[in-house]
Amino acid sequence: MIAFFSRWASLPAFYRRSGRWIPWLWAAAAGLLVVGTVGGLVLAPVDYQQGEAYRILFVHVPSAWMAMFVYMFMAGASASAFIWHVKLAEILARVSAPLGAAFTALALATGSLWGARMWNTWWVWDARLTSVLLLFFLYLGFMALQAAIEDRRRAARAGAVLALVGVVNIPIIHYSVEWWNTLHQGATVSKFDNPSMTWDMLWPLLTMALGFMVYFAAAVLVRARSEILERERHRRWVIDEVAR
Amino acid sequence: MAWWAVLRRDLLLSVRRLGELGNPVVFFAAVVSLFPLALGADAALLRSVGPGIVWVGALLATLLSLEGLFRADFEDGSLEQLLLSPHPASVLVSAKILAHWLVTGVPLLLITPLLGVLLNLSPLAQGVLFGGLLLGTPTLSLLGSVAVALTLGLPRGGLLISVLLLPLFAPVLVFGAGAVGSALLEMPVLPYFYMLGAELALAVTVVPLATAAALRASLGS
Repeated sequence: MIAFFSRWASLPAFYRRSGRWIPWLWAAAAGLLVVGTVGGLVLAPVDYQQGEAYRILFVHVPSAWMAMFVYMFMAGASASAFIWHVKLAEILARVSAPLGAAFTALALATGSLWGARMWNTWWVWDARLTSVLLLFFLYLGFMALQAAIEDRRRAARAGAVLALVGVVNIPIIHYSVEWWNTLHQGATVSKFDNPSMTWDMLWPLLTMALGFMVYFAAAVLVRARSEILERERHRRWVIDEVAR
Repeated sequence: MAWWAVLRRDLLLSVRRLGELGNPVVFFAAVVSLFPLALGADAALLRSVGPGIVWVGALLATLLSLEGLFRADFEDGSLEQLLLSPHPASVLVSAKILAHWLVTGVPLLLITPLLGVLLNLSPLAQGVLFGGLLLGTPTLSLLGSVAVALTLGLPRGGLLISVLLLPLFAPVLVFGAGAVGSALLEMPVLPYFYMLGAELALAVTVVPLATAAALRASLGS
């Protein structure tokens, strides 16, 4: 099992294999995102309360989901890098952080636009908004640490410790902020006020979410491949691969 | 025994450099006295925002004092000897963190009542503020030690430490300042103290392990 995994995660093998996957992943992401966008912007019915403006949900909710998913992915990769010294996991953790930060920024920006329209304000210190903002800072801290340490192995180990400390803290931050907020003001208008969604709105949302996920997979692989080339640039196989 | 030796040594080193010992306290007092200058001297306003100001000031003072936690030991190599010793690194590290709290956290606590008077805080708010800081500042020192260990020997580590730590400090700030806010509204305070205590208990058990791992990562062993 371990032998199989270490062969699977060996960098040359991974580099070649992922090169074959990437075109398929891009195609799938593009297809899902096009279908989801048409479904969300054209086919889905108008919301009776929020009118057309609610349609930003089809970008906002998937990016918020991805903001959390990517951190979990990063922490999982960090854990395997830390425990088993898997080089591939180190690389995946490192390259997924900027993508996660981008999803988080997108969730914050779209949320802010939506809020400007619906709540008449760009920002409220609502529990959900605040904990996403803090998550954004956690991503930026991870990236700053990676950028500050030149030696990649040391950067990976330091980043792994930080990501794992962060993962323990995320629930604490989330619940503390929730408590802080409920003390000061009542629940703000939340999109989960309407408990269930009609299927006409749900399927474009799920399609978009899947599209975001596949996009993430493709982007992570592209970034990981260039990171592999940079790290292993003095190795024979990289010189051969590039010369080909 | 080794734990006591490390604690004693760190305390002794701090006491022999009394000048440095005062810096966090002076910084704390200066930051807190900047706020009335910025916000205006209205006593009612200061009474309502005062506890938050004290908390943010204590948090920043802890942040800035953290940089020196391992620096001297890193530079003269005794940190490596500490990690090479037969005793578990996490236990020895916990002694260093405790020493750090005793020489920075405790002085901050001691000056808090004075700052509270400057901000017109009521005796009740003063007491709750003090209790919250007593439970909260050790957590800050503990969490901080991880970030310091991660950034050991890096240029401009101080700013990086702040970037890493500020989101992690958020819960302590929420519960600590929340306790005072709750007391001012004559609502129960204990839940906040329980949460601060729970965070401290979690940090005491987990953080020394993480800091030891971070030190190993930074020293490349």
